[in-house]
Order: sequence, then structure tokens, then C-alpha cells
Amino acid sequence: MEGTIAAPQSGAPQQQAPPRRGKGAVEASATWHLSDRLGLAICWLLGLLFCAIAAAIVAYLLVQGIKYLRPSMLVTPATAGFSQSETGGFSDALFGTLIVAAMGISLALPAGVGVAVWLVEYGRPAAFARVTESTIEAIAGIPSIVLALFGTVIFSSTALGFLSRTSEGVVFGRSFFAASAMLSLVALPLVVASTREGLNAIPQHVREASYAVGKTKIATVRRILLPTARPQVATGAMLGLGRIIGDTAIIVVLLGATQNFAPVEGSVFPFAYLRGAGTTLTNFVYEASPTGNLNQPQKAYAAAFVLLLMVLALNAAVDVVHRRARKVGTWSS
Amino acid sequence: MEFLKSPPPPIRRLKLEEPPPARELTPQGGAPEVSHPIGGITTGAPGGRGGFTGARRSIGAPQFSIRRMEVDGLSVSYADREAVKSVSLPVRQGEVLAMIGPSGCGKTTLLRSLNRLTELTRTARLSGRVLLDDVDIALIEPTALRRRVTMVFQQPNPFPMSVFDNIAYVLREQGSRRQRKKALEAKVHSALDRAGLFEEVKDNLDHPALRLSGGQQQRLCIARALAAEPEVLLLDEPCSALDPQSTQVIEDLIVKLRDDVAVVIVTHNLQQAYRVADHVAFMYLGELVEYGSATTLFGSPREQRTQEYVSGAFG
Repeated sequence: MEGTIAAPQSGAPQQQAPPRRGKGAVEASATWHLSDRLGLAICWLLGLLFCAIAAAIVAYLLVQGIKYLRPSMLVTPATAGFSQSETGGFSDALFGTLIVAAMGISLALPAGVGVAVWLVEYGRPAAFARVTESTIEAIAGIPSIVLALFGTVIFSSTALGFLSRTSEGVVFGRSFFAASAMLSLVALPLVVASTREGLNAIPQHVREASYAVGKTKIATVRRILLPTARPQVATGAMLGLGRIIGDTAIIVVLLGATQNFAPVEGSVFPFAYLRGAGTTLTNFVYEASPTGNLNQPQKAYAAAFVLLLMVLALNAAVDVVHRRARKVGTWSS
Repeated sequence: MEFLKSPPPPIRRLKLEEPPPARELTPQGGAPEVSHPIGGITTGAPGGRGGFTGARRSIGAPQFSIRRMEVDGLSVSYADREAVKSVSLPVRQGEVLAMIGPSGCGKTTLLRSLNRLTELTRTARLSGRVLLDDVDIALIEPTALRRRVTMVFQQPNPFPMSVFDNIAYVLREQGSRRQRKKALEAKVHSALDRAGLFEEVKDNLDHPALRLSGGQQQRLCIARALAAEPEVLLLDEPCSALDPQSTQVIEDLIVKLRDDVAVVIVTHNLQQAYRVADHVAFMYLGELVEYGSATTLFGSPREQRTQEYVSGAFG
């Protein structure tokens, strides 16, 4: 084998040839024990495997997406027609995704960060904090379809009728409000977990340094701790956004999964749309796939490609936040 | 013995060459290079002078001294362990007070009690009094107290923002950002200047503070503590993470600061205590064993335990 250790010459150990090494000062893995080398090889292979899978998905969607995506699809809503050239694009679905993402994360981010700050920085009353912790873990484990069913119960109540279409006293219970509220629960545990991780990574003496110049806890949280944990908060928000724009069950059950916006008559501009039903890209991909009602796979690829681009853009954005934080530096040891 | 004919793999050979354990050596009759462990320590402590005859003392006699704080029968315990046992001592402006003692002797706990940082530890229980200008600190609102008695920590811990903002954060009202940069500039500059850092960073005030060197970071932390214009400055082993050059810069700074603020420094480094302190408090197992001027405590301590500690017999 290439990496075997050179056989030592007979005689005193001083004459023994040193193990072969690469150019650098780092020890070559060739000098390692066989089991270490095997382990390394397995890790390498697994890493390569996942890179290959991810690359295949991206490359396939890239090819298909570029082949089928037309800029006009992004601005024309879906319409009824007999051939794929007549059925328009998916602008309503695209905007639907943007709306639920914006509304969902704007609920989940402040709530999640608030809960994480409470759990890490205050944690009192301790019993209540423990209950909250396990509740959030439970929410993280609930399938979104179950959350969706629960959402229909809540948002069909007459008290919340103003959040969705209502006719003759019957609350429809499906709207952007309802879907976003439930989707924020999907994102919340990710925001909480990531923010907690960020706060826990800050050494205790840094907090004390702030208290020791007479700052209150809340000032320390606002000006020192949260800005320091920003990369982790951003990661949590990104993961949450990814879950929100990727969810289909809540969209089908709580957004109505219509092909187009269905604004409620008699409401002012944004509320008319937000109270109405709608659709998102994930639902559009499902409907346009061969199993769906539309059965126009080319548009499914195009929409899936747009979804993928959105996720990649989110990743890039988080990367920028992390890189900026790295410039600021961190505490030694 | 067949395997000896072919050259054994290197690891096995190393094992064969390993010297037998040291324990087996001793019966062969006291190898001269192995000094007796206990003898090595006791011979290092000649007479009553300890190891400080050659140490440089960078601090002169105090010009004046004003009593700022008074620790009066203070005891602190964590859960079931008593960390500080009924300690009383004065803290004076115009002087540097050093607290020495082995790890876990309660010196840091005592220091943290002076600005009520111990209260952040949930299990901590306090009894006794600490007076700041004749007012019991328990009666002073903690954030107000901590602006009058500021602290510098063992690890340099500038906030992850620019050099300027690190100081400005202290000057601003709690979490607000109301005061603009221009309004704070003079105060920020003077705080950096008092910590002897201004000349080095004046062109880079916008640079991230965590990109400074360790010694500069620690001086920034001192500048931050001084920006609140405190009456007492607490230093918890401020040089333990620093190299000798940075340590000397900070020691010189500490000596310089004693006229403006009462300085209390906790240190593991006996030489450092001897170099910078006017008064030294030796603590052991939570008790204040001896309090006296540095020359007395290191030169001719009254207590046997102090004598043993400063001469290196334990600790």
C-alpha cells in the first residue's frame, strides 16, 4: 500500500527512517493506524455522496428550470386553458409564497427570539421555563398537517371571522392570516433553538462585563447579546423560512389552495387579499406535477426551480451575516 | 523470540526502549539528579525574606489615601460552601490593594461582592456589610453601584463592536443610542487616554475591538471601566491571560491610576502583587489571614501561613 510506514533499518532506533510525510508540517494520514484511515475514508465517501446528491438535484432542476422557465411565468397568473401555452404562469403562487414567508417569519422571529432570551437569560420561574422548553420541542415534533387541522378549528371560530372569508355567519377559516399563523409555529422551534445556541455560546464573563459597568439585563440583551448572537438568529430565521416556504400541508388545508388569489369583496386592499384564499409555489408544484389536477410537469419544474433559487438565496444571505460576524471576531478561549 | 529477528514495527520498538517507571529507580540508590520533592520546596524559602529580594517594586509610597470602601464582617456562601468568612478590610483611594491567596480561597468572591456581582449567582448568600463612602451598598441600586465600582475581568472581554462603541456603550443611558458620536467623542478619547490606549488606537476607533491584541483588549476593558468614572476599580487577575510585555504595561497603568480611583486587584502572581500594591490582603480558605502593607506582608509577615505562602511552601 502507498502509505505503509517505511520499514525501520536494523540496529539502533536513531537510524530508523522517519515516516513519509507530505510537503506540509501536518502529519500525513498515511502514517495513521489502519482503523483511522478507514474511518477517514468512510467520512470522505459519505461527504462526497451527499455533495453528489445535492449537486444532482440542483443540476437537474437547473437544467429543467432553464429549459421551461419563462420570465413571463413570474408575472402572469394561472389561467384555464387547453394547452400548456395557454395556462399562464404562477405569479399568484410566487406572491403567495412571499406573503406567507414574510408574515410567518415576522410572527415567528420576534416570538422565537423572545422565548429564547427568556429561557437563556432569565429562566425563571424555573418550572415554567422547563415546561416551555418541552412545549417547544413538542411543537417541533408535530407534523404540519396536524397543526393545519388544529388551525382550521381555531380560525373557523366566529371570533376570528375577521381574519378570513365570512358568508352568512359561516367562517371559511382559510386565509393568508390563518396559514401564516400556523406556519409561524412551524418556524418557531427552529428560531428558538438556534437563538438559544447563539446566546449560550457567549461567555458568562461578557454578560458580567456589561453588568459591571452598570447596565441592566435588558440593555445587555439588546445591545450586546442579541447583536452577538445575530448569525445564529439569522440561521434560525433562515431554517424557519425554509420550512415555511417548503410546507404544503398547511397551505392545502388553511390557505385553500386555490389557483389564484381570491380576495374578499368589501375589504380594503391588502386585507382583501390576506383574508382571502390563495396558493403558494409548493402547492403549485404539487398541482402541476403529474399527480396534481393541472398535470403540466414543465411548469412544475419551472416553479420548483424558482423555489430552489429562493432557498439558495436564503443560504447566501445567512452566509453574508456569518461572514460579517467573523470580521468582528470573538473572545479568545 | 522469533519476532526479534525481523525488525519490529516502530511502535513496539518504542515500547521496549521506554525507561522503567521512576518508582523502580529509587531503590538503586538515590540518583543525584533526582532531587527530593519536599527538600526542593523547603530549601526555596530562606529565612523570612521569601522570594522577593530581587523583585522590582514599581510603586512608590502613596501621596495620600482616602478611605472609600469598608468591608465589615462580610461572609459569602454558595449553597453549602462558605467562600468568604467574616472578612473586614478597608479600600482606599490613592493606594492599590492586592488580594492574594491560593485558588478557591474566596478572593474573587470577595471582589465580586464589592459591586454586588455575587448576587447574580443564585445560590450565593451574603451577610455582613460593605460600605461605599459610608453608605451600605445593599442600599444602593445595583446598576448605580456598578457604575461607581466597576470591574475588569480575567479574560479580556471587549464587546463585539468597534473600539469607540465599546466606550460609548458605557457612556450612554442603558440601552439607548440617543447621544450621537460627536457628543461622546471627548469622553471616549479621555477614557482611552487614561487607559494608555488612545495613542495606539486613535486612527482605528472604528475597528472591531476584538481584533486588538490581548493586551490592548484588556486596556480597552480598563478604559471601559474608567469611562463610567468610578470611585473604585476592581481588577480580577487582569494579566493572567497576557504576555509579559502587556502585563508590564498594565501594571504601570494600575500604579498610575491609584490617585484617581481606589484600585483593588486580585492576583495569583505574588511578584505582581509585590510590584504594584501598597497593601496586600492574604486570604486562605475564605479567611483573611493577614492584611498589611506590601513590604511588611512579603518581608516580615506576622502569620505563619502567610510566611509559608509567600515563600512558596504551598499554594
